[in-house]
Amino acid sequence: MRLGVLFSGGKDSCFACYRAMKKEKVVCLISLISKNEESYMFHTPNISLTDVQAEAMDLPIITHETEGEKETELKDLREAIMTAKRRYRIDGIVTGAIDSVYQSSRIQRICNDLDLWCFNPLWQIDQLKLLRELISEGFRVIITGVFAYPFNEKWLGRDIDKKTVKELEDLRIKYRISPSGEGGEIETFVYDAPIFKRRIEITKAKRIYSRYSGIYKIEGVRYVEK
Amino acid sequence: MILIIDMCYKRESLSKNEFVDPVVDIVSCKKSYIVKHFLELKEEDIFRAEKIILCGTALKDNEFMNHIEKFYWIRDTEKYILGICAGMEVISLVFGGKLRKETEIGMREINVRIDDPLFEGRKNFSAYELHNYSVDKLDQFLILAESENSIQAIRHREKKIYGLMFHPEVRNKKIISTFVDL
Repeated sequence: MRLGVLFSGGKDSCFACYRAMKKEKVVCLISLISKNEESYMFHTPNISLTDVQAEAMDLPIITHETEGEKETELKDLREAIMTAKRRYRIDGIVTGAIDSVYQSSRIQRICNDLDLWCFNPLWQIDQLKLLRELISEGFRVIITGVFAYPFNEKWLGRDIDKKTVKELEDLRIKYRISPSGEGGEIETFVYDAPIFKRRIEITKAKRIYSRYSGIYKIEGVRYVEK
Repeated sequence: MILIIDMCYKRESLSKNEFVDPVVDIVSCKKSYIVKHFLELKEEDIFRAEKIILCGTALKDNEFMNHIEKFYWIRDTEKYILGICAGMEVISLVFGGKLRKETEIGMREINVRIDDPLFEGRKNFSAYELHNYSVDKLDQFLILAESENSIQAIRHREKKIYGLMFHPEVRNKKIISTFVDL
């Protein structure tokens, strides 16, 4: 089966892509670039770097701009998927949805309308199990956005390693924060993975932070051979 | 031991993560289990099982319908069976029922018509739907619950066979735990 992956550059869509590649043929990535920082469907920090990641993975990418308003972004998503179907003859879509029925059911409806398969290989996965699996499988991920109490500025740019996972686990118990950020508390950027042909090195970045909300804006990158 | 049957289009498919693993996660907290794809199911698997769960499939995945004879054992067993979505469709088909086109995607309100231990006294609840077909009324089965558009839960009048059209592994995990404990 030829598949297109809805790709945000974060850990979930990247890991979903990894799982899809083990079972079927991933032929393209699809990214929606939302102009709205509070997009209902698509995360925003560093989304413009998805083409850098696609090149590191040696995969073509379809990028589609959206105003990011509630229902128009669904129309834009549909158009992007139609482009992938036409250009790369995909049979289906892969998403990194874990627990959001809002996000998942909308994508399911679009795929059903377009006669495409819809795969959600992380659906209902235990979020700590996902983080541990990411680390053990060789994914290198940093936190690029924090949007909830008690995350301070120090979390921005931090690698997700065993120590980070332990702290996120503690925050889940204490503050009911979703450890993988499914509730929108954190956003991430994958700079290396088993599916990357080349590693991405961040050469320049800045932290923009105020009152438990901030982003790690990546401003410079280069490829490193593996 | 609980036998969990993978109903997806092929063995070890990409859909397994989505439709089988969430059921495994719930069952594994309670009992030992084995997972078998419907094409590799053996008589001894059914014989050894205490209860049996038939999982759902992707919206476009109706491959199981091409192998309906692989499920005729359902008519003969006296064991507890829970069919989820595609699993309920199969249960209906092996008992001579018919399917009709009915798409429901996303959260829907479920109204309980006949109380059953699976619902723990609830009269209505929200559940996640993902199907393009629904089942028609079957004489051998009681209709336990319905949504606005389709039959959502059935129980055989004499056997210990349940069918659920919604996906209890999403937002209603307790129903699967309760089934395992029955």
